[in-house]
Amino acid sequence: MSKAVNNRAWLLVLPVFIIVAFNAIIPLMTVVNYSVQETFGNNEFFWSGTRWFEELLHDQQFYASLGRQIVFTGLVLAIQVPLGLAIALCMPPKGPWVSVCLVLMSLPLLVPWNVVGSMWNIMALPDIGLLGKGLNALGISYNYTRQPISAWFTVVLMDVWHWTSLVVLLCYAGLTSIPDAYYQAAKVDGARPWAVFRFIQLPKLKHVLTIAILLRFMDSFMIYTEVIVLTGGGPGSTTKFLSVDLVQKALGGFDLGPAAAFSIVYFLIILLFSWLFYTLIMPNEAQS
Amino acid sequence: MSRRYFVPLVYIIFLMLPIYWLLNMSFKTTNEILSGFTPYPRIFTLDSYRIILTDPTWYMAYVHSLAYVAINTVLSVTVALPAAYAFSRYRFLGDKHLFFWLLSNRMAPAAVFVLPFVQLYSSVGLFDTYLAVAFAHTLFNIPLAVWILEGFMSGVPKELDGTAYVDGHSFPSFFTRIFIPTISSGIGVAAFFCFMFSWVEMLLAKNLTSVAAKPIVAAMTKTSSASGYELGLLAAAGVLTLVPGAIVIYFVRNYIAKGFSLGRV
Repeated sequence: MSKAVNNRAWLLVLPVFIIVAFNAIIPLMTVVNYSVQETFGNNEFFWSGTRWFEELLHDQQFYASLGRQIVFTGLVLAIQVPLGLAIALCMPPKGPWVSVCLVLMSLPLLVPWNVVGSMWNIMALPDIGLLGKGLNALGISYNYTRQPISAWFTVVLMDVWHWTSLVVLLCYAGLTSIPDAYYQAAKVDGARPWAVFRFIQLPKLKHVLTIAILLRFMDSFMIYTEVIVLTGGGPGSTTKFLSVDLVQKALGGFDLGPAAAFSIVYFLIILLFSWLFYTLIMPNEAQS
Repeated sequence: MSRRYFVPLVYIIFLMLPIYWLLNMSFKTTNEILSGFTPYPRIFTLDSYRIILTDPTWYMAYVHSLAYVAINTVLSVTVALPAAYAFSRYRFLGDKHLFFWLLSNRMAPAAVFVLPFVQLYSSVGLFDTYLAVAFAHTLFNIPLAVWILEGFMSGVPKELDGTAYVDGHSFPSFFTRIFIPTISSGIGVAAFFCFMFSWVEMLLAKNLTSVAAKPIVAAMTKTSSASGYELGLLAAAGVLTLVPGAIVIYFVRNYIAKGFSLGRV
């Protein structure tokens, strides 16, 4: 669809531009401002150049948080995307139960994030929680406040519970929009289920899968509330992800300069990953 | 019944387990919770709910949350409508850059913006009001609403616009009387997403308020730490936060599948 060139369209965009600019540019400039200055309180600031950035890039703690964050996001994507896709493929294409299934599946998405944390906290308590007690009864030693492996298991399972439905719903929406004629043609050709998946469903799902992976990447990379409520970043700092680390620095320690430098690097990492992913996927999409 | 339907069934059971456990806890007495593992309440009590629904610091927290979520949803969708129309119908100076800049705000971690937001909204005198949280949440909700609505609008043939102008409609009259009804399902979906992301967010909502506008997400964290972790109360408060979400899902149940395709598939 060709679009007419019309610069007066800016008038329609103006309200959005003003509100988002107020919300995004002023705070971002505040952060940039702090990141190059030093303060000793009393609202006195001194130019400190790139000092905070240099410190950050030599900070072992930062790399540790970043490493944990990448492992967590990698795990989350590796589990949720295939699982969500598989569940969507197993759903009936239509029928009275579809609506019920979709409603039940979207429920976790509307639970406030701190409640998700509390819910799994209660669920995973080793003495009185269903999951904690259950695992211990099976003879698996499990205590998410003491054992790093248990903590990681709980955090990843919580995220799978919380967000897999998003992937299911996106994929299901994509699947139902494939015209019946495609499947009939495949049947005439005698295509096996795998071939139907590989050559009909997967190409048609490319767009929604891109959206799903991008959304899951961004949101899992920013995870804060659920983790802080469930484990508080512990035991030790084994589940201290980037946001947990940053909030501790910014609100806990009032180290404005280092926290600001951290913020900028953090934001840039997300932008870079998203952009890389987007540009790697999109040329392929143009061909198909 | 095909065997593969087992997979969604098992998945839904997995989803329901923590919710069942939360409900279970919310109906127990504190004594029973502390005394050990019980799969269902031995002594069924509504005490936790009674406390929440009679104590203003609790139930007003729900009112506060619903207030800023409502303001945010209305505001985001209202300003996103004309913008999405502009993006779907016209090319203009810097349109692509503007669109990606908008979306990039969806990628900004809330943790980055907490401190500057507190300073910004304090300096304009909005700290501890519904408006502060409602405005702060537009940072990620407006870009999302523009994105969703643009998808739905691009699916509407341009001929509709042309025909309306030939019939003598002015732009505002066309937009409000013809175009908005045409994409009403898209508006519903956009409002659903704005509601969802504003309702579930805690970090900004908690830090931009103190007493007068304290949302439920903050009330839960404070009470749980102050009164020695009352799990029953916490569980009941959690159960009550599920109710608005469940009501909203019920209203959009027929659009869910289409809505998640964001109108673009």
